[in-house]
Amino acid sequence: MKDTMNTPSAVIEARGVGLTFETADGPVHALKDVNLSIGKGDFVSFIGPSGCGKTTLLRAIAALEHPTEGTLTVNGMTPDEARRARAYGYVFQAAGLYPWRTIAGNVKLPLEIMGYSRAEQQARVEKVLSLVELDGFGRKFPWQLSGGMQQRASIARALAFDADILLMDEPFGALDEIVRDRLNEELLKLWAATGKTIGFVTHSIPEAVYLSTRIVVMSPRPGRITDVIDSPLPRERPLEIRDTPEFIAIAHRVREGLRAGHLDD
Amino acid sequence: MRNAIPVLGVVAAIMVVWYLAAVWMNAQWTRDQAARAGIEVSFADIVADTLAQDRPRLPAPHQVLLELHALTWTEEVHSRRGIVQSGSLSNRSLVHHGLVTLSATFLGFAFGAGFGILLAIGIVHDRATDMSVMPWAIASQTIPIVAIAPMIIVVLNSIGISGLVPKAIIAAYLSFFPVVVGMVKGLRSPDAMQMDLLRTYSASSFQALWKLRMPASMPYLFASLKVGIAASLVGTIVAELPLGGAGLGTRLLAGSYYGQTIQIWATLLVAAILAATMVGVIGAVQRMTLTRMGMAQ
Repeated sequence: MKDTMNTPSAVIEARGVGLTFETADGPVHALKDVNLSIGKGDFVSFIGPSGCGKTTLLRAIAALEHPTEGTLTVNGMTPDEARRARAYGYVFQAAGLYPWRTIAGNVKLPLEIMGYSRAEQQARVEKVLSLVELDGFGRKFPWQLSGGMQQRASIARALAFDADILLMDEPFGALDEIVRDRLNEELLKLWAATGKTIGFVTHSIPEAVYLSTRIVVMSPRPGRITDVIDSPLPRERPLEIRDTPEFIAIAHRVREGLRAGHLDD
Repeated sequence: MRNAIPVLGVVAAIMVVWYLAAVWMNAQWTRDQAARAGIEVSFADIVADTLAQDRPRLPAPHQVLLELHALTWTEEVHSRRGIVQSGSLSNRSLVHHGLVTLSATFLGFAFGAGFGILLAIGIVHDRATDMSVMPWAIASQTIPIVAIAPMIIVVLNSIGISGLVPKAIIAAYLSFFPVVVGMVKGLRSPDAMQMDLLRTYSASSFQALWKLRMPASMPYLFASLKVGIAASLVGTIVAELPLGGAGLGTRLLAGSYYGQTIQIWATLLVAAILAATMVGVIGAVQRMTLTRMGMAQ
């Protein structure tokens, strides 16, 4: 079963996007001529070596950076408007939970800022904590939880206000492989249950192939897209799928793409 | 127990040096008195006398402690003017003077810490405030407080402000600075990722201040409050020097007018005990707060 790509209702649309940082050593081209269309419900991974602009692209989608060229739209709006419309939740590499708040208090943070009622806050916190399988941990403090559980709590925090898009910047990069496998599996379940559009930055080939319906391969100097791979894998993916020939073929293509990006340096 | 040994060792060393210094510094007076009276004194006589003079150059530790006891417990419990017999604190007792100084210290500390926190919030949120206020705040601390304190008191007196407030203002003058410096650092302590996270929620800068910057600054706040309250006590005592009435500073100056060295040292000891207690109390509140907040180091 192959996913149909380029759905007419693109959630995230980039046309000729470029982003240049002015530094003391002259301009740095973090992104150049990026064209990309992400459909509703896609799981898109951005993969590439450091300096390829994958994080910058994700940050630009989240209006944390502003493109200097081209147009970038989220739900048909500018990224800034989309942010104000609460279009996305963002997950960083570090969980970044407030040590002075309980897990429930941390998940509540965006809800307090956005002015949800107390009853609504309570209901949503319970719902998202069970979504990331942290029921019963609401009263614990972050230091009482393992690194993997903390990152799950930070995903719950990003889900709390029910944005359609989830942007994740190497969320499992700091975790060990075993915890990472488990969280990848859970993330797929979560994605299936919520139907969100996910943008996922990683530098792990197996992670990108395992999770994505679409893999965007990027290369550095200037940061650009070298290949976009539509995954032929089914949406339902047990961990064992990583030993199938299809999986290995995609991983191979990603690796080739990364290598090609380096060759024309 | 293992920690007690070095602590007691240091105290013992200080005592030894203090007693030796007292004998050495006060011996001249003993010899002069003996020469005037035309009598010979042995070394043992000199040692005994140097540790028991009425107005020694350097009083011995036990003299200071006895004076402290006399000017607190004895004065209040057994004296006609003490609280037990007269119902109010004696104006000779260091309890009375200590409390006067303490009230100005607290008022000044409240002014200073409050002003310091507000200034730090302004500096963190507004570059213009940072650039226009910070140089003055630093300059204010380079002026010797003994030089500026009498002027502040005279000026305030001339516009009808007297009593506790002028002293508190000088205490605040010294205590706001460590709070500003510490709080600016503390309010800026959340990293870029934390600030980005709040931006993705479109949080206002007030929400960022209240929900992130303020709680994150607590360890810095307590560290600067400890420095601030000690500075506040120093400011109050300096402010009291030119003033009549009551207070440890006034007592220090009176003691030096009349050559009452033992009384000066007893007063200094009271000031030191007050400072240590106040810093200790803030330390205890700090431990409780930070443990509750999950930020204890």
